[in-house]
Amino acid sequence: MLSEALKAKFDKIIARYPLKRSAIVPLLMFAQDEIGYVSDEAIEEIARRVEVRPIEVIEDIGYYSMLHRQPIGKYNFQVCTNVSCLLRGGEEILEHCSKKLGISHKQTTPDGTFSLEEVECLGACCGAPAMQVNYDFYENLTPAKIDALIEKLRKNGKD
Amino acid sequence: MADYENYAKGSPLEVKVISKRFGIPNSASIDVFLKHEGYKGLEKALKMAPDDVINEVKNSGLRGRGGAGFNAGMKWSFVPRQSPKPKYVVCNADESEPGTCKDRPLMEYDPHQMIEGILIAGYAIQSQQGYIYIRGEYRYLQEIVDRALEEAYARGYLGKNILGSGFNFDLSTHTGAGAYECGEETALLNSLEGLRGYPRVKPPFPAVVGLYGCPTVINNVETLSNVPHILLDGAEWYAKLGTPKNGGTRLFCLSGCIARPGVYELPMGFPLRRMIEEVGGGVLNGKKLKGVIPGGSSCPVLTADEVDVAMDFDSVAKAGSMLGSGGVVVIDEDTCMVKVAQRIAKFYAHESCGWCVPCREGTAWLKNLLDRFHSGGGVEDDMDTGLDVAMNILGKTLCPLGDAAAMPAISIFKKFRHEFEEHLKLGRCPYEKHSVSVA
Repeated sequence: MLSEALKAKFDKIIARYPLKRSAIVPLLMFAQDEIGYVSDEAIEEIARRVEVRPIEVIEDIGYYSMLHRQPIGKYNFQVCTNVSCLLRGGEEILEHCSKKLGISHKQTTPDGTFSLEEVECLGACCGAPAMQVNYDFYENLTPAKIDALIEKLRKNGKD
Repeated sequence: MADYENYAKGSPLEVKVISKRFGIPNSASIDVFLKHEGYKGLEKALKMAPDDVINEVKNSGLRGRGGAGFNAGMKWSFVPRQSPKPKYVVCNADESEPGTCKDRPLMEYDPHQMIEGILIAGYAIQSQQGYIYIRGEYRYLQEIVDRALEEAYARGYLGKNILGSGFNFDLSTHTGAGAYECGEETALLNSLEGLRGYPRVKPPFPAVVGLYGCPTVINNVETLSNVPHILLDGAEWYAKLGTPKNGGTRLFCLSGCIARPGVYELPMGFPLRRMIEEVGGGVLNGKKLKGVIPGGSSCPVLTADEVDVAMDFDSVAKAGSMLGSGGVVVIDEDTCMVKVAQRIAKFYAHESCGWCVPCREGTAWLKNLLDRFHSGGGVEDDMDTGLDVAMNILGKTLCPLGDAAAMPAISIFKKFRHEFEEHLKLGRCPYEKHSVSVA
């Protein structure tokens, strides 16, 4: 079930556009933030609200890399290895995360706490190597910083 | 929040116009903005005729900071004056060009400056509605901009009868969801209409047939952030900051193998060599320079011998590359250029939307070829085949993503052929470490 707060947010967003379907991607993003992934129910609800068929919503989901149909870890490590990060050791950071978490690209730990993803440029080039954990940026990364962060999140994850 | 302070270190060589409020406590709030000449450019614009506003921007030599470098005032002037349809202003905040991170501080530290620029553009083309399309990863920035929009509505800078002028304008943010292609203006419009972000055939250009089929101006965050200053201090002043036909300053994002990475505001035409040596503190760890990507990953690489170039659109073009989005990526002597080509190719193969066959097939082919070559499985023909594939993407696609994939590859195949030959000879990458140790 989508929360009442989310439904109210849907109404507010849809009202911004002369054509309701413009709201599809924002609605999908905010639904995903609440549910953890894009559920069938969310697709039905969004399609109904913007007056399109569910297949049209699904078409959009397949295009945008941030939208996913399956639950992922509570903390999604998105490590950039694009050119600015590459030159500052982004690939080594990705490898370190992979070893430390015991998962590779687009995998989730069995306890559902962490996911790992190799991503394209995040716009943190001057703070390379960089990553995002969910929406939070972490820049000028070192293996030690990664270790400390994983430790901290692991504790939070158990709460 | 961002670790931004870590690398906004500043340089005495900077000329601060659009970054002058960075560093002031609470610079994103409307009160601080108003204390520092905020919305004064808008006040001035609202007393002018819309066409005069367009001419002022045109004469300033302000060119599109997203990468294409088209004169912004000219772009506005293509919007039909008499249109029965509504008109739209879209701010492109889908910053995704590898090496580019300048729209981030502009929205984080001075969102009202961008909003003011959008309002002036809206008044100039007589539009009543705008959208700020922000890439999905920049959620914290969307929240900052949303707060700024609320403040602007509360103080009468947005909404009905702005500052008693009779001008009405509504503005809201719109989040993307991860797609480099949506930074291309027509793909962005499709995305904003709730469709997949495929590019449209041009012409017609968005100025005539844009959002919802209506006349639309689309400008980058940095472009629009410059507009209030042009109105306030004049086109002539702005033009003189830069070089002929390249008005103003530019936010350059220095990254890669550079001692002091950061976003620096420098006059258009600032020499690239001085930018690396004096602004950025030279190549990291005193290494020798191998090359520079001057304007984001889609630009041809300049070799160390080609960096005596003035950083404006025309001079960099003359040097065989592009000023692009201002992402200056410095590459040192220990870096494998085949690896750089491979990583860039991987990016474009991932981001190609698949609409145009030469791009869809060509980017994947380039990636596979370079993957194999870098890991030691290359054959002699690969060098010419790779170049041939890239040349056959170039100019054969609806949007510039195809060219963006082809151009860096072509430059590396041509200028660094000897590195490919070394890989062939050794049967492996001669650079054991292609990047610095992060330990």
